Amino acid sequence: MTTKQTKQTTQTTQTTQTTQRNEPGLAIAATGLHKAYGDKKVLDGIDLHVPTGTVFSLLGPNGAGKTTAVNILSTLVPADAGQARIAGHDLVAEAQSVRAAIGVTGQFSAVDGLITGEENMLLMADLNHLSKQEGRRVTADLLERFDLVDAARKPASTYSGGMKRRLDIAMTLVGGPRIIFLDEPTTGLDPRSRHTMWQIIRELVSGGTTVFLTTQYLEEADQLADRIAVLDGGRIVAEGSAEELKRLVPGGHVRLRFSDPVAYERAATALRETTRDDDALTLQIPSDGSQRELRAVLDWLDAAGVEADELSVHTPDLDDVFFALTAGTAAPATTAATATKETAR
Amino acid sequence: MSAPASHALRDNLTMLRRNLLHARRYPSLTLNLLLTPVILLLLFVYVFGNVMSAGLTGGHADRSEYVAYLVPGILMLTVAMTSLGTAVSVATDMTEGIMARFRTMAISRASVLIGHVVGSVIQTLMALVLVLGIGLAIGFRPDATPLEWLAAAGLMALVSLALTWLAVGIGLISPNAEGASNIGTPLVMLPFLSSAFVPVDAMPGWFRWFAEYQPFSPAIETLRGLLLGTEIGTTNAVLAVAWCAGMTLVGYFWSKARFSREPRR
Ligand SMILES: Nc1ncnc2c1ncn2[C@@H]1O[C@H](COP(=O)(O)OP(=O)(O)OP(=O)(O)O)[C@@H](O)[C@H]1O
Ligand SMILES: [Mg+2]
Repeated sequence: MTTKQTKQTTQTTQTTQTTQRNEPGLAIAATGLHKAYGDKKVLDGIDLHVPTGTVFSLLGPNGAGKTTAVNILSTLVPADAGQARIAGHDLVAEAQSVRAAIGVTGQFSAVDGLITGEENMLLMADLNHLSKQEGRRVTADLLERFDLVDAARKPASTYSGGMKRRLDIAMTLVGGPRIIFLDEPTTGLDPRSRHTMWQIIRELVSGGTTVFLTTQYLEEADQLADRIAVLDGGRIVAEGSAEELKRLVPGGHVRLRFSDPVAYERAATALRETTRDDDALTLQIPSDGSQRELRAVLDWLDAAGVEADELSVHTPDLDDVFFALTAGTAAPATTAATATKETAR
Repeated sequence: MSAPASHALRDNLTMLRRNLLHARRYPSLTLNLLLTPVILLLLFVYVFGNVMSAGLTGGHADRSEYVAYLVPGILMLTVAMTSLGTAVSVATDMTEGIMARFRTMAISRASVLIGHVVGSVIQTLMALVLVLGIGLAIGFRPDATPLEWLAAAGLMALVSLALTWLAVGIGLISPNAEGASNIGTPLVMLPFLSSAFVPVDAMPGWFRWFAEYQPFSPAIETLRGLLLGTEIGTTNAVLAVAWCAGMTLVGYFWSKARFSREPRR
């Protein structure tokens, strides 16, 4: 199936920024972060401002520098240049205060495989200086929430990928951090665990926690994030709410598929503003997906006396935004990726 | 930037518990390393025993005299072997993902290393009890007073502490377990080039100087003196303690500097 698309690869640097720069109220405030590994400039001056109690999502293709940004903001690696304050503390001068305020779940598993899941949790409780009793209570509670009770007494090295991931995140929550960094938290989780995770993140946020999230699942950002930034080529190429970002790309359309070439031709001449795909016998008509526009399309078809074999409505989603904004590096050609996103009605 | 002292102490204990838990769950590393001194002890006593004691006593073979000579050396070899285990487990631990987590937590950084060191010293002392037990079973008859026993235990703990800190540094510069075991090998070779198996007097002149003053010989001579009442000599006692202090300091600062570097990966 080759869907010829008239996707405009707008190499956008448009930003819909409404960032607050006043220090109070910002859980994360970073300016001018630079990081290079050898000759490779990974971060080339990025600013990030995350209000307390919100979810901020960093998107970007593989190798864009998302993990590097998380590593810098979580005191794991030093930046080459730039400043950041986390929970009001300077990242470099007050690193230990920063660490006391944050919880980090990195991209790569950070559990102790030699000991059991429960022992991992108790280890975190001790390192967070909780009392024995409190530590046991928190451990039992989190193991329950993350569906790890049955596996609690087994060595973590015997866990499945998804179980390890859940343990990883549970360990991050032991100390009740006010700011949480989650680097691709749901990668490798099955749909049910993913939704559980989203639910937990929402609960945390409603309790006032700030979440800094990177993800490859754009739906996740769409679902959770108050603000989204797209990182590409070492810079933030767009930032805004999911809605704001979706407005950056054209994308909404109705797609008609025909099996009869004659009907296809007739429809193509009857309808205006269509994009043709002669091989697949499909037509795309720009549309915002509203009932009114849909009815208009149907009326045209009726008037022309043709019947489409299939009609589907495509609303722009973050995938479109992602492809459009990061086209230079990601270059996903025009694959079935967008076509499969369509919501058949 | 350091946590309150009570937190640091608790972190050390937590990390110690973690390392002892590892050792208890996976004792094979330490046990494998223990095999070498035990086998050498049996080999030298039962296979080469007569020749060795003939050399020692100038003619007549008396195996028990060689047992007495050998066991203190084997005890120090045990300390060296178990420190190799520390290097390996530190190197392995550094490749574990949980290290990144520790580095983003508000804990005493040194606790990660101190947990390894204290855990290793405890394991070494346990290993020494085992080896000493075998020694006693095959005829080792020390005549030490309780105070001398205490001093002997203290000396072995000191040597263990010194070698363990060096081993931690070796573990930190090694990319993986194999690397650590390779880089640590010269350290474990030292006891073989000491007065552990034969007196330095019996060695060729050009070599004697090295054998006499390298860290193990003074420690072994001091241990012999404490356990068997042989002449220690002030030089040996002072040298032993000085070597331990020096190696501990070097190992400690080296390890600390390595550990605070930007993580690999
Ligand atoms: N320790 C390092 N040494 C050398 N290069 C590094 C190091 N860490 C990251 N890089 C490089 O920096 C770039 C960004 O890496 P990073 O892991 O931040 O990307 P990412 O956006 O998280 O990618 P992914 O989506 O694959 O997780 C990559 O080109 C990577 O090779
Ligand atoms: Mg990454």
